[in-house]
Amino acid sequence: MTGYRLPMGGRVNRQTQLAFRFDGATYAGFEGDTLASALLANGVQLFGRSFKYHRPRGLLGAGSEEPNALISVTRGPGRFTPNLRATSIDLYDGLEASSQNRWPSLKFDLGAINDRLGMFFPAGFYNKTFMWPRSFWEKLYEPAIRRMAGLGHPPTEEDPDHYAATYAHCDVLIIGAGPAGIDAALEAASGNGRVILIDEQDELGGGALSDPALWPWLDRSVKALAASPNVTVLTRTTAFGYFHDNFIGAVERLTDHLADVPHGPREKLWRIRAGEVILAQGAIERPLVFDGNDTPGVMLASAARVFALRFGVAVGRSIALMASHDSGWHDIFALAKTGVGIAAIVDVRDAVSPDLLAQAEALGIPVHLGHSVIGVRGRLGVKAISIARNGGTGVADLACDALLMAGGWTLTVHLWSHSKGTLAWRDDLGAYVPDQPNENVRCVGACAGAWSFGDGAVIDILPTPKDPTRAKAFVDFQNDVTAKDIKLAVREGFRSIEHIKRYTTNGMATDQGKTSNLNGLQIASTALNRPVADIGLTTFRPPYTPQTFGALAGHAKGPLFQPTRKTNIDSWAEENGAVFELVAQWRRARYFPKAGEDMHAAVNRECRMVRSSVGIFDASTLGKIEVVGPDAAEFLNRMYTNPWKALEPGRCRYGLLLKEDGFITDDGVSARLAADRFHLTTTTGGAARVLNMMEDYLQTEWPDLNVWLTSTTEQYAVIALQGPNARKVLEPLVEGIDLSAEAFPHMAVREGTICGIPTRLFRVSFTGELGFEINVPSAYGRALWERIMAEGARFDITPYGTEAMHVLRAEKGFIIVGQDTDGTVTPQDAGLDWAIGKKKPDFVGKRSLARPDIVAPGRKHLVGLLTEDPNVVLEEGAQIVADPNQPVPMTMIGHVTSSYWSEALGRSIAMALVVDGQNRMGQSLFIPMPGQTHVAKVSSMVFYDAEGARLNV
Amino acid sequence: MTRFSAMSLFAKALGGHQGWPEQWPDAAPKPAYDAIIVGGGGHGLGAAYYLAKKYGITKVAVLEKGWIGGGNTGRNTTIIRSNYLYDESAHLYDHAVKLWDGLSQELNYNTMYSKRGVMMLAHNVHDIQSFKRHIHANRLNGVDNEWLTPEEAKAYCPPLNISPDARYPVLGAALQRRGGTARHDTVAWGYARAAAALGVDIIQNCAVTGINRGPDGAVTGVETTRGSIACKRIGVSAAGNTSVLMQMAGLDFPLESYPLQALVSEPVKPIFPCVVMSNTVHAYMSQSDKGELVIGAGTDQYVSYSQRGALHIVEHTLAAICEIFPIFRRMRMLRTWGGIVDVTPDRSPILGKTPVQGLYVNCGWGTGGFKATPGAGDLLAYTMAKDEPHRINAPFNLDRFRNGRLIDEAAAAAVAH
Amino acid sequence: MILIHCPYCDEKRAELEFAYAGQAHIARPADPSALSDEEWEHYLFIRANPRGRHHERWRHIHGCGRFFNAVRDTVTDKFETTYKAGEPRK
Repeated sequence: MTGYRLPMGGRVNRQTQLAFRFDGATYAGFEGDTLASALLANGVQLFGRSFKYHRPRGLLGAGSEEPNALISVTRGPGRFTPNLRATSIDLYDGLEASSQNRWPSLKFDLGAINDRLGMFFPAGFYNKTFMWPRSFWEKLYEPAIRRMAGLGHPPTEEDPDHYAATYAHCDVLIIGAGPAGIDAALEAASGNGRVILIDEQDELGGGALSDPALWPWLDRSVKALAASPNVTVLTRTTAFGYFHDNFIGAVERLTDHLADVPHGPREKLWRIRAGEVILAQGAIERPLVFDGNDTPGVMLASAARVFALRFGVAVGRSIALMASHDSGWHDIFALAKTGVGIAAIVDVRDAVSPDLLAQAEALGIPVHLGHSVIGVRGRLGVKAISIARNGGTGVADLACDALLMAGGWTLTVHLWSHSKGTLAWRDDLGAYVPDQPNENVRCVGACAGAWSFGDGAVIDILPTPKDPTRAKAFVDFQNDVTAKDIKLAVREGFRSIEHIKRYTTNGMATDQGKTSNLNGLQIASTALNRPVADIGLTTFRPPYTPQTFGALAGHAKGPLFQPTRKTNIDSWAEENGAVFELVAQWRRARYFPKAGEDMHAAVNRECRMVRSSVGIFDASTLGKIEVVGPDAAEFLNRMYTNPWKALEPGRCRYGLLLKEDGFITDDGVSARLAADRFHLTTTTGGAARVLNMMEDYLQTEWPDLNVWLTSTTEQYAVIALQGPNARKVLEPLVEGIDLSAEAFPHMAVREGTICGIPTRLFRVSFTGELGFEINVPSAYGRALWERIMAEGARFDITPYGTEAMHVLRAEKGFIIVGQDTDGTVTPQDAGLDWAIGKKKPDFVGKRSLARPDIVAPGRKHLVGLLTEDPNVVLEEGAQIVADPNQPVPMTMIGHVTSSYWSEALGRSIAMALVVDGQNRMGQSLFIPMPGQTHVAKVSSMVFYDAEGARLNV
Repeated sequence: MTRFSAMSLFAKALGGHQGWPEQWPDAAPKPAYDAIIVGGGGHGLGAAYYLAKKYGITKVAVLEKGWIGGGNTGRNTTIIRSNYLYDESAHLYDHAVKLWDGLSQELNYNTMYSKRGVMMLAHNVHDIQSFKRHIHANRLNGVDNEWLTPEEAKAYCPPLNISPDARYPVLGAALQRRGGTARHDTVAWGYARAAAALGVDIIQNCAVTGINRGPDGAVTGVETTRGSIACKRIGVSAAGNTSVLMQMAGLDFPLESYPLQALVSEPVKPIFPCVVMSNTVHAYMSQSDKGELVIGAGTDQYVSYSQRGALHIVEHTLAAICEIFPIFRRMRMLRTWGGIVDVTPDRSPILGKTPVQGLYVNCGWGTGGFKATPGAGDLLAYTMAKDEPHRINAPFNLDRFRNGRLIDEAAAAAVAH
Repeated sequence: MILIHCPYCDEKRAELEFAYAGQAHIARPADPSALSDEEWEHYLFIRANPRGRHHERWRHIHGCGRFFNAVRDTVTDKFETTYKAGEPRK
C-alpha cells in the first residue's frame, strides 16, 4: 500500500494517473478521484482552517455536506474560484488547488491565536464589545474583524467563462439518483411520460457507489435508463431550489471537471417545470458532539466508507469508531474487510444487538459499550483518543490515527421544505420527516425516513467527566460554534431556534447547517428542557448548495443583459459619428460632432442650422398607438384632459394624459386621420405604459366602447424636418400632398407618398420652426433619410440629436414629461390649463385635481428662469431659495428642471418648478451652489418667438 | 442589566461564561398596560424603549407573534442612508441616521453601524439630472451627498465596471458618506434588552387576534393568543401585517404587501468597501463584516404573505450584479430569503395617529424600513406619549391620501422620457 | 414562478406572460366629481390586502392581452380560480 490508497477496490481508474498541486506541492491521484480522496490517498489530513478560531481542520464528510475542507481552485486568468468543497471537486490532470483562511501557511497559521483566546470570543462577543472609544469601531475594530472574517479570497478578474440556461418540462422529475431515485426513475421510464433524473455527483448511484454488492444492479440500471428515450439523465447537476407550482431550479456543471477548458458554457441553469416531483435526496450522517471532535482525522463513518469503497482510500491505518448508531458499526465492518486496521468500536449505548457484537468479535475488533470519547490527542491529526465509561470512570487512552463518528441520520428535506411541505418530528429517528405535501411531490428512500440505517440513540452531547465550560465540542464546524455557545445563547434568553441560530451563527456557514442543525436543536432542547418539536426548526432556503452567480445570470450579460432598441436610421447615425445616449431601452443620437467639436459646439451649430435653414432629426422612438373604431374619439375624450370629439379629420392636437391621481404621466401630439381613426404619439419611455393604461380602461371600465388599440411604435420610422427651409426640401419629394401654408397648416396631417413610399405626414413642430414629421414604414427609414439628406444638401441640411432638440424646445417653452414634470405635477402646475377641456364632465384624473391640497395655494409652478449673468448655465437639479442668507437647513422653493445655453438668444435659459411661480414673474430668486450663489429672474417659459411667427409660414 | 464591555467579557470568560444573565426576560402578559406595541421588530422595540426612556412610560408591553426581530428587521439588507429628496423625507431619515450614530453606546449593545458610504449609480442623462437634484436638495438640507465622476466612483469602489461600452455605462454616482450598514439582529436585541431593563415586557409567541374598543370608539385593549390585555394606547408597528391588524379596528388602509427577496454569497475576504445601489439596473449590494456579499433583489409583482419569492427575480438580480461588477460572476449564492414589505400608494411611510382614538400606526416603509429603525421608534413613542405627531412625522399622516399631499420620492425620480 | 390559467386562452401559462394589475372589482365611479374626498380616496388608494383569499386582476400581457380576474390565496399563493372580466365576483 502506497500512502493510504488501498491495494484494490473502488471505482477509480487506476490505469490513469493524474498529477495535481495543493498548496504548491505536487501529488498524484487517479481518474475518478475527488480532490479530497486523492489528498487522503497521499496521507494529507489537514485541509483547511476554521472561520473564527482558525483551528486546523480535515474532512468531515465525503460529499456536498462538507463544512471544513474548503479549497480555492485556479485555472488561469479570471478562473479563480474560492470556497469549493474538496469532496465535490472532481480531480483532473493539472488541478491547482490551495487552502484558505490561513497565514502564512496551512500548518502554521498565526490566526490560530484566536483559538488560544477562544474563551474571550464566545457567541455574540462582538455585540458586547468594540464600543469604546466610539471612533475606534470604524477605524480599528471593524476593519480588523473584516480582515479576519471571510473564507477564501474573492475573484479579482472578470470571468472569461460563459453560462447557459434552458427551460425543460417533464411529467416526472426525480431528484437524487441513489437506489431509491433510480428505482423511481426506472418505474417512471416504463410509462410514456417525459422523465428527468438529476444527481449532483459525477455518476449515478448515490449510496450504491460505496456498496460494491450493488454495482451489478447499478450498471444494469444506468444502461436501462440510458436506453430509455423518454428519460433525460443529468449528472453533476444540483437541484438547488423548489419554487411555486413544481418549478425547480437546477445547475449543471459542464467544464469544471475537465483538464482543458473547452469552448462552451461552464454551467447551465435548468428551469424545470414538472408534473410530479419525486425527491430521493437521501440522508446525511450526523456528527457526535464531544471535546476535540474537530481534530483532522475525525470524520463521519459514512464518509470513511465512501473513501474506502468508492475511491479505494483508507482514512487511516488504525481507525476507531465513536457511535451512537448501528450504521457506524456496519461501516467499520466494511472497512475492516478492506484490510484497514480497526482500533476499537466505542458506543455510547450500554447495549447493542448481539449480531453486531458477534461480527465485531469475528473481525477481532475491541468494543467499548457504554463509553464515550472524551478527548482527542493530536493537533494537526489524530494521534490517540481518550475514552471514559458513561459516568466518568474508567478513563483510558487508545492509540489511533482516525476516529469515525456515527451519530445517526438527518434526512435531506431541503427541497421538500422549499416547496412548503410540512415536517413532523420522529423521536425514533431523532429527525424531521416529510409530512404533508404542498405540491404534487413525494419523497422516497432515506429522505422519506423509509430507509433503515439500523437502530440508534439520539444524544445531544456525549457524556464526559471534564468541565464542560472548558470543552471544545463543535456543532457547526465551519463557523466554530460549540455546544457551550448554544448553551450560552439559551442562558442569555434566546429561546427560539431562529434566535439561537442568529446569535451563535449555528447553521449559517456555507454548508447551511447540513451537519449541524439537528445537533444544535438537540442541545438547545436539552438546555431549554423542552422537546425538540416545540423549539421549531430554522427555515430551509434555496439554494441547496451554493450556486454560481454567473449560472443564475445566464445569457443576460453585456449586450444581452437587456436588448438595446435601435431605429432603422440608427446605423446611419453610427456611421456618421453620432454620440448616443440611452433613453429607456432605446439608444438615440445625442449630437453629431464634426471634427474638433465638443458637445456644446456641436449642439450650438445644430441649433443654429435648424433656426436658420433646416435640420433633420430621427424621431422614430416616439411611442405610437393606432386608435380605431366608432368610439375612438369618445375613448380619447375620456382618457386625455383635452377635448377630442370636435377635432376634424386631418388635424392634430396636443394631448395631455394624467394618472387617476391627477398628475401628468404622458403627452404627445395626436392626429385624427378619419372619423374613426387616430394616430397617437407618446413619449419615448412611456409608450408601453400608456398602451397598458389605455387597454386597462378600455377592457375593464368601458368595455361598451367599440375601440381597438394597436401599438405601432415600431411600424413607423419618423423623420422630423425642421427649419425655415423644411418645406423647400420636402416639396420635390412628396407626391399627392399640397404643402402650401394654406392647404397644409400647422397642426395638420396628410396622407400621401414621399419618394413613392406611403406616408403619414404631420405638420408639427417641437422646435418652434416650420416643421414636418414624416412617418413611413420602418424599413424605409434610412433610405428616405438619405434621400432627404441629398435633397437638403443645397440648404446645408444638418442632422441634429436629442440635445439640440432639448434646447430648441426649451427656447419655446415646450415641456418634456419626466424632466420638467416628475409625477407630482398637475396640468395647472405645468401651466397647461389650456389643455384641459373645461366643459368635459370627466376624464382620467379630473376628480383628483379637486382635492384640497391640489387646489390649495402654494403649489409649485413651472416657470422660466433667466440668470442675472447671461453666461451662467444653471445646473439641472439645482435648488432655488428666496433668501440666500438663511442658515442650513434652508427653505427650498423649487428646482431647475431644464437648463441650456441658447444659441438663438445668446444667453442661458432655464425652466424651473417654483413655489407659486406664476405669481413671481420678474422676482429675483437665488440658486446657492458650492462656492457661489447665482441670481435669476422668474420669467415666462417661452423665450423665443413668443407670438409663433416662425411656425405659421 | 449587566453592563457589556471588554472588561465584563473578560471577567465572565474566567467563569466560563456561566454568569451571563438573560438579555431580556421572557415575560408573560399582564392584565393591563399603559401602552402596547404590536410588533416586536426594531421599530416596535425601539418605540417601547423610547417610551420608557424619554417619556417615563414604563408599563409597556411589546407583543410579538413569533420571535423578536424575526420579520423584516431580520430579513433586510441592512442599508442605512438619508439622501432623500423631499424635505419631509430627508428630515425623517436624517433623524434616524443621527440616532444610529451613538446607538451602540446608548443601548450598550454593539449594533455595528458602519459608515462605509452609500453610492448610487447614474446610468443615463435622466439619472444624472435626478441625482444632482437630490444632491443639491440634500446639501441645502444639511444632509451629506456628493457627486462622483465615474473614475472617482471606481476609486471608491474598485470592483465597479466603468467601461463606457457597458450596456448601462456608469456616468457618475451620488455618494452619501454617512450612509452604510448595521447588524440587523443586534438592533432588535439591543432595544429589547435596554427596554426590558427599563421595565418593558417583551412578550413573544403572542399574536394579536382582536383590538377592543369602548363605546366612545377609543381602544380599550387587545385580544391575543395569550388572553385579553387592557390598554388605552396601542401602537401598531407590524410592517406587512398592518392591514390585517387595522381591519381588527375596522380600518381600511392604503397598503399592499409584496414579497421582497434578498440573498447573500459565500463569505470571502474584504473586496467591497461600501454600499452600491443602481436603480436603473435594479441592483444593490454591500459586503457584510462576515464577508458575504449582501444583495437586495426585487419584489414579486403580486401581493403575498408567503415569504416565498420567484426564481426569475433572483436571476435578474444576479444578472444585474454581474453586469455592474463582472468580477463577481464566479462568486456563489449561499442563501436567498423573502420578506413581506408593506407599500403605500406614494411609497412613503405612515407614522402617526389613526381615526381610532388611542390607536397609532407605524407602517408602509416598503423596502426601506431598516434605515429608519431608531427614528421610527423614537417618533412613534413621541406620538403615543403626546397623542400628537412630532413635527418630523406630522407630514407622514393618513390624511395625505385624501387631500393629495403625497410624498412621492419614487415619482420624483420620475421615468425616462 | 407561478402558473396562471388565462380564462380567455383557456391555458395555464407561466407567470412571465402575465402582468399583475391590482385588486379586482374596484369599479371606477360613474361620476367621480360627485364623490366626496373620502370616497375618492377610497377608490384611489384603499386596498383590502387580506391574508388569504384575494380578488385580483391579471393581464395576459404577453399572450392574448386581456385583463381577467382571479381569486388567489395570498398565504399559499395558490389560485382558487380565474375568470373573465365582467363576470360576477367569485
